[in-house]
Amino acid sequence: MIKSSVLKQLSSIVENKNFYTSQEDKITYSYDGTPLLEHLPDAIIRPTNKEQISHIVKLANKEHFSIVPRGAGTGLSGGSIPVENCIVLDMSQWNKILEIDTENLTAWVEPGVITSQLHQEVEKIGLFYPPDPGSMNICTIGGNVAENSGGLRGLKYGVTKNYVMGLEVVLPNGEIIICGGKNVKDVAGYNLKDFFIGSEGTLGIFTRILLKLIPKPQTSKTMLAYFNTQSDAGKTVSAIIAQKIIPATVEFLDKTTIRCVEDFAKLGLPTDIESLLLLEVDGHPVVVEEEAAKVVECCKRNNAIEIKIAGTEEEAMRLKTARRSAFSALARTKPTTILEDITVPRSSVAVMLEKIQVISKKYDIQIGTFGHAGDGNLHPTCLTDERNYEEIGRAEKAYEEIFVEAIKLGGTITGEHGTGLAKKKFLHLVSGYTAIETMRTIKRALDPNNILNPGKVFDL
Amino acid sequence: MTTVRPNNFFLETDIPSNDVITNCMHCGLCLPVCPTYAITGREKSSPRGRIRLIKAVAEGTLDVTDGFIEEMNFCLDCQACETSCPAGVKYGSLVESARNQIRLLNKQSFLEKYLKKIFLTTVISNTRWLKITAKILRLYQNSIVEKIIQKNKIIYFFVSKLVQLQKLSPRVDKLFFDEQHPEILKPNGVSKYRIGFLSGCLMNVAFAKINEDTIKVLLHHDCEVIIPKEQVCCGSLQAHNGDFEIARELAKKNVDVFSGYDLDAIVMNSAGCGALMKEYGEYLKDDPKYFQKAQKLSNKVKDLSEFLIGIGLKKTERKFTKRVTYHDACHLIHAQKIYKEPREIIQSIPGIQYIELNEASWCCGSAGIYNVVNYSDSMKILDRKMENILSANPEYIVTTNPGCITQIAYGCKTRNLGTQVIHLATLLREIYGI
Repeated sequence: MIKSSVLKQLSSIVENKNFYTSQEDKITYSYDGTPLLEHLPDAIIRPTNKEQISHIVKLANKEHFSIVPRGAGTGLSGGSIPVENCIVLDMSQWNKILEIDTENLTAWVEPGVITSQLHQEVEKIGLFYPPDPGSMNICTIGGNVAENSGGLRGLKYGVTKNYVMGLEVVLPNGEIIICGGKNVKDVAGYNLKDFFIGSEGTLGIFTRILLKLIPKPQTSKTMLAYFNTQSDAGKTVSAIIAQKIIPATVEFLDKTTIRCVEDFAKLGLPTDIESLLLLEVDGHPVVVEEEAAKVVECCKRNNAIEIKIAGTEEEAMRLKTARRSAFSALARTKPTTILEDITVPRSSVAVMLEKIQVISKKYDIQIGTFGHAGDGNLHPTCLTDERNYEEIGRAEKAYEEIFVEAIKLGGTITGEHGTGLAKKKFLHLVSGYTAIETMRTIKRALDPNNILNPGKVFDL
Repeated sequence: MTTVRPNNFFLETDIPSNDVITNCMHCGLCLPVCPTYAITGREKSSPRGRIRLIKAVAEGTLDVTDGFIEEMNFCLDCQACETSCPAGVKYGSLVESARNQIRLLNKQSFLEKYLKKIFLTTVISNTRWLKITAKILRLYQNSIVEKIIQKNKIIYFFVSKLVQLQKLSPRVDKLFFDEQHPEILKPNGVSKYRIGFLSGCLMNVAFAKINEDTIKVLLHHDCEVIIPKEQVCCGSLQAHNGDFEIARELAKKNVDVFSGYDLDAIVMNSAGCGALMKEYGEYLKDDPKYFQKAQKLSNKVKDLSEFLIGIGLKKTERKFTKRVTYHDACHLIHAQKIYKEPREIIQSIPGIQYIELNEASWCCGSAGIYNVVNYSDSMKILDRKMENILSANPEYIVTTNPGCITQIAYGCKTRNLGTQVIHLATLLREIYGI
């Protein structure tokens, strides 16, 4: 517990209306989007300028309490879940787009800007910010950078790290730095900004973020392909890539996921098929036509039962929005959905899908799988009930085996959700102990008192 | 599934469902559509935050505190979160149960308790009392007192809050609806459908014209319309404010009354009432005597737009060359999931210039009696609606709920907009020239 005298000092840094210690506030900042994990913070603070943040960080070093930064609280690895003796630093009100530079194609934003709001603003002027996590209608850019989030367009356009050009960061000692900038080329010194991308709130607190924008694709075509087996869908993905086509989106949904999504979104999807692919190609109209034809051809050759092309942009949007709801829609089957985030080299997607089915049977656990098949990032989601401890135990065993299989195929335990609390005990499987020790060395050097989001990613 | 609840701070009756609470996976996809979260940006004012608070009380880690009560009452119960929830969490049922618990535990604030008690339990639940109250209000609204209060700035200053509130209350009609009609109305030609009609509580005394319009439109569609004399208020305002006992009593009475006729459908022109009558079965599920009868009745309940599209809307040659937009009443779009039908009807009218309203499904802040008990929050929510209306710049705003009509009309009036706010039935009667 943080001493009340320290809480008083904290409250004097910000205005009263930005400091909360009521039980109702503590309870509602004890969780994020991660299942099964929660912890009460001692207070919630909403700083309004970077000097206040610096002040808070310095006080944390002096009085030995921890700071857990938080955006919208939609993370899925426990990155913003409070820890012992901590305050939650709520950055969600830092929601201004500070500048859109149409000559350099960049945007300076505050970390609390909602991802889809940035999309809307830049698309109004013909620009494009590709990263589009499932929770993009509420998640924040700050959270996206901290977790290095991906999304549906990762295959062609990459993930958040590919669009961060610069950062203003409050360091764990309270000093403020700016790293990176608008220069396309810049090799002066270490590439510091990359240390902070994906650091999960353990190395610094972002106060401004400079993002790269690109021209908006002129047109796009969205398609659905239905399959009788999961492996036909998997093979189709490999066939498309082998054709040297990089679609913007190649999303896979299995039968369980299709049923739940249909139940929610009422799109008229068939619920008796084993799997489907949601595909989108974008770019110059001529190229789009040509690539779409080739994609259709690949689907047909790999036994697609039916291929549907979205007639309007609105219909395409509905399909993609429905896909983004997949994770939460799975909770229609059972209340607790434990979602994983393994990624394998994309040539191994079909193999990995088969392994998941085998493991699901072995542990008698219902698993719904969907994911970004095009970039090898799959979300096998265990459907269970947190009140059934025995089943939760089996689910955990199943996951351990899924991780091991993914790593055997040259994959990783998390593609876009981060390590946080949920996956830190498996980190060594993919990184090895020496790499973790190197990470610890960096963390100790920057944050000797371990005040910033301690216990996330690894224990010191 | 049942589980052990170690230290539950709720009473045993009508406890917020543990299954519904567990169904929420706190993914946060409800946050962007929640009007109260948009105001405070604080988790406790969001749907997932409120569910977590209800869970804490159910688990015995939070007492029914003032802070808890405040959040339960801050909620509009607009149920936009239910529409956005991929997991299908029935949030509305949780917050209504929590409000019912607060009432049972006798923990309402003084204002809440007496205002709601007098208004919801005594006045509108009882037709006679409602008419007496409405008559007194009608006298006041027609009297010089009202004019003096509105014109005299000094008095206006002191009683401004009261005046604001009274402006938000609907004008009482000269003639109450149910006193103008026989119980059974027949169409001119052959009657194809036998329709039950709920004249409603407030609709009956303050929106008689809309009821009249609805009846005319139904008769025009070859319906025989039955307005049972014995019917009572549907109970929706009571249920949504957590008074389940009264709501159930009213529901039972209506189930008995309407079941006495052999009806093809019960057609509703108030979204809030329709939403509740469709849930009569759910509210009476633990009552073996009423459950089946109530469920059967609920299955017959249709919103006017839903009913007309279902039987086939009659065409008209008359043109309506106006700029028209549509506001989704929360209890139509979110509670009854009716989105397409009203739009389809409006867009089918010859000559109409239909403009889709930005954030059409965002609550207007009326929310039953919310605009009276939570006036200032309700006005913040109305501001957002009015901004969208200003940019759409329509001549007519069509909607399907009396509360929305009063609230948005108030918004237009205070901003000196000439925009008319009308019910879908009124528009239809106009274009049919009946």
